[in-house]
Amino acid sequence: MIKPVILWTDALVFLLVGIVVVFAFYARRHEHLRAPWREVVRGRIAVASLVVLAFYTLTGLLDSVHYRKALPMQDGQVEVQYGGEVFSLLDALLGDVGSQVEKTYSAPFAYTLYTRETVVDENGVQKRIFPRLKYGGAHLDDPATQRGADIAARSLAALWQALAFMLVLTLLLSLWLAGRWRLSPARALRRLLRGDSDVPWRTALFTIFLFALLAALIVNLASAWHVLGTDKVGKDVLYQTLKSVRTGLVIGTLTTLIMLPFAVTLGMMAGYFRGWVDDVIQYLYTTLNSIPGVLLIAASVLMMQVYMDTHPELFETMAERADLRLLFLCLILGITSWTGLCRLLRGETLKLRELDYVQAANAFGVARRVILVRHLLPNLMHLVLIAVVIDFSGLVLAEAVLSYVGVGVDPTTMSWGNMINRARLEMAREPMVWWSLLAAFSFMFTLVLAANLFSDAVRDAFDPRLRR
Amino acid sequence: MTQTLLDVRNLKVRLGRGGNAVRPVDGVSFSIARGETFALLGESGCGKSMTALSLLRLLPQPAGEITGGSVRLDGEELLAQPESGMRSIRGGRIAMIFQEPQTSLNPVMTVGAQIAESLALHKQMFGDAARAEVIRLLDAVGIPDAPRRYGEYPHQLSGGMKQRVMIAMALAGDPELLIADEPTTALDVTIQAQVLELIAGLQRERGMAVLLITHDLGVVAGMADQVAVMYAGQIVEQGPRDLFYAEPRHPYSRKLFAALPDSSKRDRRLTVIPGTVPPLNQAFHACRFAERCDRAWDLCRRREPGWFELAARRGVRCHLADPGVEAPPEAGSGADEEERHVAAPADGAGHELLSVTDLKVHFPIQKGFFRRTVGYVRAVDGVSLSIPRGETLALVGESGCGKTTAGKGILQLLRPTGGRVCFEGTNLLELKGEALRRRRSEFQIIFQDPFSSMNPRMTVGDIIEEGMVAQRIGGTASQRRERVERLLEQVGMRPEHRSRYPHQFSGGQRQRICIARALAVDPRLIVCDEPTSALDVSVQAQILNLLKDLQGQLGLSYLFITHDLSVVSYLADRVAVMYLGRIVEEGRVDDVLDRARHPYTQALLSAVPALDKDTQREIIRLEGDMPSPANPPAGCHFHPRCPHAMDICRVRYPDTEALSPTHTARCHLLTS
Amino acid sequence: MLAYIARRLLYAVPILIGVNLITFVLFFVVNSPDDVARMHLGMKHVTPEAIEKWKEEHGYDQPLLYNADEQGVAKLTDTIFFEKSVKLFAFDFGSSDAGRDIGDDISQRMWPSLAIAVPTLLLGLLVHISFAMLLAFFRGTYLDLSGVVLTVILMSISGLFYIIGGQYLFSKVLHLVPISGYEPGWQAWRFVLLPVLIGVFSGLGSSGRWYRTIFLEEIGRDYVRTARAKGVPELKLLFTHVLQNAMVPILTGVVAVLPLLFMGSLIMESFFGIPGLGSYTIEAIQTQDFAIVRAMVFLGSVLYIIGLLLTDLSYTLVDPRIRLS
Repeated sequence: MIKPVILWTDALVFLLVGIVVVFAFYARRHEHLRAPWREVVRGRIAVASLVVLAFYTLTGLLDSVHYRKALPMQDGQVEVQYGGEVFSLLDALLGDVGSQVEKTYSAPFAYTLYTRETVVDENGVQKRIFPRLKYGGAHLDDPATQRGADIAARSLAALWQALAFMLVLTLLLSLWLAGRWRLSPARALRRLLRGDSDVPWRTALFTIFLFALLAALIVNLASAWHVLGTDKVGKDVLYQTLKSVRTGLVIGTLTTLIMLPFAVTLGMMAGYFRGWVDDVIQYLYTTLNSIPGVLLIAASVLMMQVYMDTHPELFETMAERADLRLLFLCLILGITSWTGLCRLLRGETLKLRELDYVQAANAFGVARRVILVRHLLPNLMHLVLIAVVIDFSGLVLAEAVLSYVGVGVDPTTMSWGNMINRARLEMAREPMVWWSLLAAFSFMFTLVLAANLFSDAVRDAFDPRLRR
Repeated sequence: MTQTLLDVRNLKVRLGRGGNAVRPVDGVSFSIARGETFALLGESGCGKSMTALSLLRLLPQPAGEITGGSVRLDGEELLAQPESGMRSIRGGRIAMIFQEPQTSLNPVMTVGAQIAESLALHKQMFGDAARAEVIRLLDAVGIPDAPRRYGEYPHQLSGGMKQRVMIAMALAGDPELLIADEPTTALDVTIQAQVLELIAGLQRERGMAVLLITHDLGVVAGMADQVAVMYAGQIVEQGPRDLFYAEPRHPYSRKLFAALPDSSKRDRRLTVIPGTVPPLNQAFHACRFAERCDRAWDLCRRREPGWFELAARRGVRCHLADPGVEAPPEAGSGADEEERHVAAPADGAGHELLSVTDLKVHFPIQKGFFRRTVGYVRAVDGVSLSIPRGETLALVGESGCGKTTAGKGILQLLRPTGGRVCFEGTNLLELKGEALRRRRSEFQIIFQDPFSSMNPRMTVGDIIEEGMVAQRIGGTASQRRERVERLLEQVGMRPEHRSRYPHQFSGGQRQRICIARALAVDPRLIVCDEPTSALDVSVQAQILNLLKDLQGQLGLSYLFITHDLSVVSYLADRVAVMYLGRIVEEGRVDDVLDRARHPYTQALLSAVPALDKDTQREIIRLEGDMPSPANPPAGCHFHPRCPHAMDICRVRYPDTEALSPTHTARCHLLTS
Repeated sequence: MLAYIARRLLYAVPILIGVNLITFVLFFVVNSPDDVARMHLGMKHVTPEAIEKWKEEHGYDQPLLYNADEQGVAKLTDTIFFEKSVKLFAFDFGSSDAGRDIGDDISQRMWPSLAIAVPTLLLGLLVHISFAMLLAFFRGTYLDLSGVVLTVILMSISGLFYIIGGQYLFSKVLHLVPISGYEPGWQAWRFVLLPVLIGVFSGLGSSGRWYRTIFLEEIGRDYVRTARAKGVPELKLLFTHVLQNAMVPILTGVVAVLPLLFMGSLIMESFFGIPGLGSYTIEAIQTQDFAIVRAMVFLGSVLYIIGLLLTDLSYTLVDPRIRLS
């Protein structure tokens, strides 16, 4: 028995997904929107980054379907009681990795702890040894000799799974393309594999294969090994890193979702109406802009923290509390980051309103709000889109810094920033513990790199001025 | 025969790579003699600028590439020169000036330093010597007060001055050849006359050859010794100017002449060249002009014509000139259609539709601590005019004279500061909000730039429909749709163009769509704000024909704002000449154009380059530029530039003087 | 010119009032001083007396906006708003919740901040512009392409990684410089070197790329074609015409952040244990010393506004087209 839980950010994430889907359908029917997207998906780098982003998004979405497990029924109990812990589909997919907590540090694929401990053996002699892990490699009798073979066997199984998946996917794709290209499936498949298509399907397939393999490896290995080791309190690093994906994505996307309506409306109003409306809006964003961003965020988050601490009764579970803090962080980040886009849109609106086609609409007596919606907004959308994709990577990186400063997400929320923050002193340890940092940095790097490359492609396609 | 300076053989240029590579120059050959002016004539996109840039190997990088041919300067092959060798040729032996003086100078460097840079490179002149030489050059190109101008930045100079600075910079290296790429296209006609005169004078003085690139047959007539016409990447005709003007041989050249509007063609339709220039990303196996040529026959569509030498330095690329083929005789009926009379004006013509009295549009200038208004830019300062039903009034003037502002003020797109705009007896200045909005269908506007006048994110159908929806006319959605299709047909487009986007059309087609959009709300007055000045001559003819036809069919009145006097003479019934916010002369078109009395109108008319060099009038040279409307000269605004200025001109603005019942002017010369 | 500066300074007043209102609402309205006191004293075992005592010690025992108990002007001045917010306008920052004088702290700790920020800015400008110039000179070649790829990669790496990696490599493995710490005077260079280098390197991606875009934009302009037609060699073209024009956006961008250098870099200073204003702020945030955070917010806004003014003024210096009016 489970009880679905919809956290605030979950709801907003799915709202965002809905908006994207609606927009995609809208764009399909409008040539001026379709054409640049078609150009985006023609670049190999863009397609590869799109696949990477898709895998991250999938992880994040799986981690956004939350539920609480029913507690075992006690005797005589009528109503089902649910546990306080909130799980997600991702947890279910990864098995029990999240709850397999060791005592403290262990290296990747280790079967013993990273530190010696004093134990008393059956003869009553005290010894300093590396004790066996409770979970990592626990299924092997003699891990020292069997570890290599076990890992190889599991990896091989993952490889077969990934290959099988790719085979099916390639066949399905060539069937679909056969319909579009009006070729026989076999010839479509050959053309696909030759790389002879406008959309670089071969690149897409190859990237998908890499990530499918990675996913298969994780699923196969993580149940038996701590693939990326464990941290100070013995939690699996890989599990934390994967759970952090959602946090990064939520901050990168919801912030924009929150700020967009403000930035777009105010920017357009300031530029179109000018006069006192412009003065008020300019005053508003200059004032907000004048407070150094980190400080405003810090001040807001600190005050929110005090508020939450003094009103603990508002939250049913820990997860809800952490989630609300995440949402609030997005809100604050949104407030501090809308000014740039607002100013950009104001300037562009000032330019657009003088254009002949707006004048022509004036000459027809078209109402002002109609001009705003029909003439100005569609011609500003490319700037909005470019801003959104460019902001995304910056926000993901900002999360790490803010969490380090102590004004980021809740300490109980798993995020790359929190991981780095906890692990930064480990560099000074002898011997060094490097896996937490490396895992957080490399997952973050992959996401941000893909986002940056993708945003470049989007910008090139949507902003003809920058094309060269 | 003079000695050949530059010899270009079979020059080929490619832009871009792969399937979309364009060949803007495809086998161009010509030669320029020492000291002569060679004009390369052609419409936009024919490859004339690319030809010029490739002579100096300045093609846009990395897209552009010279793929073949030879360019010899004094027998020396330029295409084989290393880059370092080219540097001493650029600016040293061949100099170039460009179309846009506004952007062609470095904005953060003084003009003196920019000219001195050229001296340092080619004459090894530095310091005071260089400075003295720069000042001498500035003097030579007619820049007054040269020592002061030396330290000024480009933005402090007017457009004409900047082009003079460009010329001074080009002269600094004492070039043997000056390439002038549309040097006067961005300038007003009186300034154009000054600059052309300067170039011609300098050329005589220095014995320099000039490669003049232009689209303007008039400019060519006044300047060139030798003319070459380019079409779609090739030279289609070449010859000495007099021979070329007396008897153009290529059908394209002939059509260009025929498409020029002037007063003698008033009662006829202008000749148009149908269709558009073919895209240059293809391989041609036929004559490139065949699709638009009324003399084309099957041979033209089968084989590309070769170059036929008619005489020394006179040739043509056309099968008609091939003595070896027998061309079908010229069809007589073609001309018939072109000469068909324009439909007679509609009923009710002659009654006054619009009457503007003392219209003022002032923009405040704010300054100082509290942004006080310290003055006004008097863009339009007391303009009175009237337009009868079914007639065309041309509002003529140079850029900055306030003619566009006046048009927008009349349409209430800008709220005027004062005066009356009576449209059918209602003063539009007194209408507000909804009342004004409801009447907007009666007066419409067509803009100059066909690229910015339509929302790129809307389909043509939506664009045309917009006014109908806003004005709640045209009935149901399906009725509106039918009407859109009818309108498209009326302006010479196809109904199915409804669902396309503006960027899929050429400039001329877009202007047709804009006309359809204006017509959609059944206007009675259309303000045409330079509707043809962004278009090529052949396309301009199409639009002018269309406007005239529509006037005949629908009884429209036009306020035609333009700077082009030849269009005025073809289209307008009455003409008003504007200078610095005021109308200085007004009358029937023959009154003003043939019997101009105001010195400004006379200067304006004399500055228009005439096609026939023999009848070219003496150019009345105007000193300097038009002053700023923020700070107009006292008395008559024109007196600082007027060759006849008297004492009273400096004191009092002249009153309107009736010269005949249909002709008025404002000048003290006419009162005394 | 003077009138312009005066007007801009006057315009700053409503902005600073706005900033003050925002901070006031954040710090005193969202949570009452009682809540803050409770938090500082620990959540449990808090007596009303202890709260009152804490508030009195830190000057939070007055009404927020209006003191009905006082006479005359004191009705308005003996309030938290006046004491804590209005006094900031006189740069009277008061004392921190820990009891130290904030003004003194700031004047002391600003020097180490500058010791890091100024060299980072200057060296960064030099390195980033040279790098971008190199790419612009070789535009369209593989060098340019790999340079652009490099900038994207550098941009995608978290700033924290540069710091942690730099400390590990240069201090722990190579033992070239101390990991962290600070010493006033000339000895400071040993501590300043690594943060400066890391600061420059971590900015290479975004700045280098941005400057390259600016250069390429300028290279595409008509006046460059004119200069080429004049016979100006490519390298000279880049270093005179293009650089001159490109410096307009670059310099004005730099001038805008100039005043904010005082604030120091939060992350860098806290990682390297530099006793500057950045680490001051971080410590205040971590110990929840709101008085310091308030003071820094105000200081930051003032500096930002000065930056705006300097930007406008610098435009008139580097761009002859712009004159103030």
